[in-house]
Amino acid sequence: MNKKMLMTGNEAIGEAAVQAGCDFYAGYPITPQNELTAYLAKRMPEEKRVFVQAESELAAINMVMGAAACGRRAMTTSSSPGISLKQEGISYLAGARLPCLIVNIMRGGPGLGNIAPAQSDYFQATKGGGHGDYHCLVLAPGSVQEAYHLVFLGFDLADQYRTPTILLGDGMLGQMMEPLIVCSSPACRPGREFVVRRKRLPTKPWALNGCQGRGPRVVKSFFMQNELLEGHNKILQKNYAQIKNKEQRCEQLYLEDSSIVLVAYGSMARIAKAATAALRKKKIKAGLLRPISLWPFPAGAFEQLLKKKKKLRFLVLEMSCGQMVEDVRLAVNGRAAVDFYGRSGGGIPTEEEILKKILHRG
Amino acid sequence: MREEIICAGFGGQGIMLLGKVIAQAAMKENKHLTWIPSYGSAMRGGTAFCTVVISKEEIASPYVDKCDSLFVFNQPSWDKFKRRVRPGGLVLLNSTLIKNSLGPKGVKIRKIPFTDLAASLGNARVANMIALGVYLKEKNIVKKKSCFEVFAEIVPPGKEHLVGINKQALDKGYAV
Repeated sequence: MNKKMLMTGNEAIGEAAVQAGCDFYAGYPITPQNELTAYLAKRMPEEKRVFVQAESELAAINMVMGAAACGRRAMTTSSSPGISLKQEGISYLAGARLPCLIVNIMRGGPGLGNIAPAQSDYFQATKGGGHGDYHCLVLAPGSVQEAYHLVFLGFDLADQYRTPTILLGDGMLGQMMEPLIVCSSPACRPGREFVVRRKRLPTKPWALNGCQGRGPRVVKSFFMQNELLEGHNKILQKNYAQIKNKEQRCEQLYLEDSSIVLVAYGSMARIAKAATAALRKKKIKAGLLRPISLWPFPAGAFEQLLKKKKKLRFLVLEMSCGQMVEDVRLAVNGRAAVDFYGRSGGGIPTEEEILKKILHRG
Repeated sequence: MREEIICAGFGGQGIMLLGKVIAQAAMKENKHLTWIPSYGSAMRGGTAFCTVVISKEEIASPYVDKCDSLFVFNQPSWDKFKRRVRPGGLVLLNSTLIKNSLGPKGVKIRKIPFTDLAASLGNARVANMIALGVYLKEKNIVKKKSCFEVFAEIVPPGKEHLVGINKQALDKGYAV
């Protein structure tokens, strides 16, 4: 049985985490993701899971590392400046091959910036952020409903590939309420709004869960000898190659006959979708390509488009000064024109501005 | 059909709640909707606003630039949002607190002392629901019945006695 509720993106992510079997949460408050921490402060103890309001973002990510090393589904959430503080921990998690979910409800930067929605942490999320040769899987939801679903997927992919996964949303998505269909079941206990269907989680033969009766295990990112570290990095790279191969995700709209393709993710893609519809009304053959996985970037979809159609133009739209546009240019590799329009610091490109940008270029 | 609404006033006037009631009533009627609040540090007496979009079709962009209906409860909010009403749009203006109510042309402005009317019912805090009543009469976007159902659903435990006065306020607005 499914149940329709009115929830904010923050609350939906929190509820999804509980339902996906997250047993450990540590976080530190920051706008615009406070409702997520608040929601879990209430829900995690209800389900007898661990909720910690840590003393800092650094503590939170390192607590998550500990829980993940013990084989637990662990999560931390924050917003841009807080995520910067977590970078050391994220690099260690990636190095030690530990799965976890990290939610970033982005706000304006750099520095303390402001609390308005933004997408200026794309580089940080997809290109590392911390030190070393690593990537995190990055998923970018475009609606409250999708945020809910991607939490499940994020935890699963993290476990499958033993890698930290980032859910990259923005302040608008976190704060916005939309109807959400949550998975529920008739076995719902009375007095409880939700029932937690805990599916069997994957076994983790590397987890540090007490070595009585077996040999000890080691989880670490420290390899003093050069050849050992290079060998470890090769294992990581092989894993990344597999992720790149199998986990590219995107939504495509009207691309069959499009001559102009808008490229946008997250909240920005919602406005791009409206602009696409408006352009179609004006008999302009516009389409939308919305990356859902930001790393791996859905380069394959661009490849297929460019193979089919010779004359194409891309317009990349972002709530930043231009970050994803670099990945689009790499994917397109000079075979088509790639334009960019973005606003930052809380500015949001409007439908009107997008139309102007397209119609004026002719 | 796409109705874009802005609700604006100062913290404590029930601005967010007003938007939520409209949003939840729309959900009851199986319409698509989005609700976005102004967020962050705020204080009682400071400004607060939220935007609501209601549509029969899936809502692509939840972002509201110009609106079809504006609920406005204090002077700073009116000064800030009067340029964001579409020509032909509707304004529900709280004339108790907005003395300089000069607005753009081509917009229907209903100037009603919501706060005074609410006070006469015995609770100045239901000014928001009086305005909602006027809105429901002006525009048939959501039904009164749905709003009443929402009241009963969202009332926090221990506050059930407030449902009555909110219904009364909505009815009063509907009859203005």
